[in-house]
Amino acid sequence: MTVPPTAAAPVLALRGISKRFGAVQALTDIELEVPAGQVVALVGDNGAGKSTLVKSVAGVNQPDDGVIEWQGRPVAIHRPQDAQHLGIATVYQDLALCDNLDVVGNLFLGREIRRFGVLDEVEMEKRSRELLSTLSIRIPSVRIPIASLSGGQRQTVAIARSLIGEPKVVILDEPTAALGVEQTAQVLDLVERLRDRGLGVILISHNMADVMAVADQVAVLRLGRNNGVFDRRSTTQEQIISAITGATDNAVTRRKARGTEGNE
Amino acid sequence: MSSDHNTPGDDGFHRADLPEDSMSRDGVNAPVPVAAEATPVVDPRLIVREQGVAGYLGEFRRRIGSGELGSLPVVLALIVIWAVFGSLNSSFLSAQNLSNLSQQIVGTGMIAIGVVFVLLLGEIDLSVGSVSGLCAAIFAVLNVTHGVNQWVALISALVGGALVGLIQGLFFAKVGVPAFVVTLAGNLAWNGVMLQILGANGTVNLSGNDIVSRLYSTIYGQQIAAYGLAAVGVLLYLGSMLYDANRRRRAGVPYRPPVDIAVRTVLLAVVSFVVAYTLNQYKGLPLALLVFLIFIVVLDFVLRRTTYGRRIFALGGNIEGARRAGINVSWTRISVFMICSTMAAVGGLFLAAQIQSASQTSGGGNLLMNSIAAAVIGGTSLFGGRGKTWSALLGALVIGSIQSGMNIQGLSNAIQFIVTGAVLLAAVVIDSLSRRTQLAAGRA
Ligand SMILES: Nc1ncnc2c1ncn2[C@@H]1O[C@H](COP(=O)(O)OP(=O)(O)OP(=O)(O)O)[C@@H](O)[C@H]1O
Ligand SMILES: [Mg+2]
Repeated sequence: MTVPPTAAAPVLALRGISKRFGAVQALTDIELEVPAGQVVALVGDNGAGKSTLVKSVAGVNQPDDGVIEWQGRPVAIHRPQDAQHLGIATVYQDLALCDNLDVVGNLFLGREIRRFGVLDEVEMEKRSRELLSTLSIRIPSVRIPIASLSGGQRQTVAIARSLIGEPKVVILDEPTAALGVEQTAQVLDLVERLRDRGLGVILISHNMADVMAVADQVAVLRLGRNNGVFDRRSTTQEQIISAITGATDNAVTRRKARGTEGNE
Repeated sequence: MSSDHNTPGDDGFHRADLPEDSMSRDGVNAPVPVAAEATPVVDPRLIVREQGVAGYLGEFRRRIGSGELGSLPVVLALIVIWAVFGSLNSSFLSAQNLSNLSQQIVGTGMIAIGVVFVLLLGEIDLSVGSVSGLCAAIFAVLNVTHGVNQWVALISALVGGALVGLIQGLFFAKVGVPAFVVTLAGNLAWNGVMLQILGANGTVNLSGNDIVSRLYSTIYGQQIAAYGLAAVGVLLYLGSMLYDANRRRRAGVPYRPPVDIAVRTVLLAVVSFVVAYTLNQYKGLPLALLVFLIFIVVLDFVLRRTTYGRRIFALGGNIEGARRAGINVSWTRISVFMICSTMAAVGGLFLAAQIQSASQTSGGGNLLMNSIAAAVIGGTSLFGGRGKTWSALLGALVIGSIQSGMNIQGLSNAIQFIVTGAVLLAAVVIDSLSRRTQLAAGRA
């Protein structure tokens, strides 16, 4: 009934992004487009470079090469603030929360609400509770330090945090890795709500069922390179998995592989 | 309150909507806001605090168990120290001795406030002793030797402190040299600069009626001064608590129950008026103590109620997390080192006023250790991210009490050092243990 806006121009586009860590070429010439109102799943094996790509977009790492386009224009993202100002919100795989601050403090860190120049704790607490309850997150209190939350509770706090400040693109790096059944369902639900609100979403996950449930497109990374972008509706899970594992690299590599077999 | 939000049936309802009907429009989302209104974020396992005394005891036990000791150990230590010295010699608890004590702790305490800021980052500043001496020398030489206007001299000393912090902060935050090393080098270098400024003579006596001397030695003799301050303090506290509780109640978030506010206010009132009474038994309210309290309250406000303070705590908790949250890490670090050095300057001026001179030994001896010890003994964590400016007052009181008590007993410096060292070790042990239990109790 509701047709996703397929022809939407990409709100975020990566062109030829490369990143090297010492001797590791983590990313090579990555292309990725995130249209508004679509969920792009980014999949790949461990160490494929997914988190590195995310950090390049979020301003945590600087790509060595390549261009990031925002709403069609190339932009420079040097610091996390730059990404924030553009409207890119990121949930990192390692969460990056401050253990000593309470839930409210973490949710609003870097964009605190002020009243007469002073922190407005009441307003922040109120909004935190509203936000957390819409995500049906149950935590003992929004006033306890993050250190005393379980792994999954932390993860939900990190997700909630990305929604503060009206982002245009939300990047979720394995947001459901530590979550229970109900919370995973809630996060997937949230992803769909974000999409329906016209946001672009990048979802990184190792869980194929989750990916197939919410993604519009599935971009596969393999060993730091693009290995295909699939339309979810016209692709089977098997096709994606074989792209991840490299079974469908391309004709050339297949022939090479056959050739070596033949020599033995 | 315990609405259907927590019942299994409700959960099932949420789930049922999920996977296929992916076009989650308002219809699907409708139950959520309703649930939010009924019970926001309540965990059924949450131990709700009981009202009244039982609630307090329960909360207290929970806090001890989970390592959130706060100021409790240091308050206990202070009571023990005062009981011991008071029983050994009645003059220890005399109004005169306690009044003097309240003045003597100000120098070390001011430096300790700055150390609290640096400790909150999880860093250390080993130069505060030398910097305090340097700034005292700047003031004395400008004002006495060169006859510069006292206010200009005072501002120069404070700006000098801030500059020192700027230099050290730049090396730490921009170049990446560990703070420990930068400030250790600074400790030596700034001491050298001080000796250079003092020149051949080595000692510059203050005139005695300059602004710095008067800040230290002025005592308001009128009874109303001390009592008035106590009353104003208690009323401000009560007012802010009521205001906050009222705003929270109207916003629908948990607020302190009135009993709680009453108990806290009464406790504060008792302490404040006992202190005021004691001070009035001797000469009255020392200006130095008043200035110290103002610094503590204002900087406490900065730490807990401003964005800037929140950034300092965030850096102490997770530097990378703070950076990704868009916090300017370098600038925050540099500014904290500037605050620390400036507070060292303030402390140095009070110490100079105390001995009425700036000399080659200014800022030396065990001042550095005492200032850091005061912050740590007062309950500010060495591991960063936990602490308050009030630690400076409590810690300086502990150290000052030990010194004063030992002096009255006629004990040598040797014993004093040993005891102060032992108290510092105890404070660090408590800090480490409480951190460990916090981790254990905190993570499921
Ligand atoms: N800070 C770093 N320094 C050096 N190498 C790094 C760094 N971060 C990532 N790498 C390397 O880059 C490659 C890609 O890592 P990345 O974290 O992006 O993988 P990933 O796709 O997110 O994997 P996972 O699914 O396990 O999260 C890995 O080979 C890793 O060793
Ligand atoms: Mg990763």
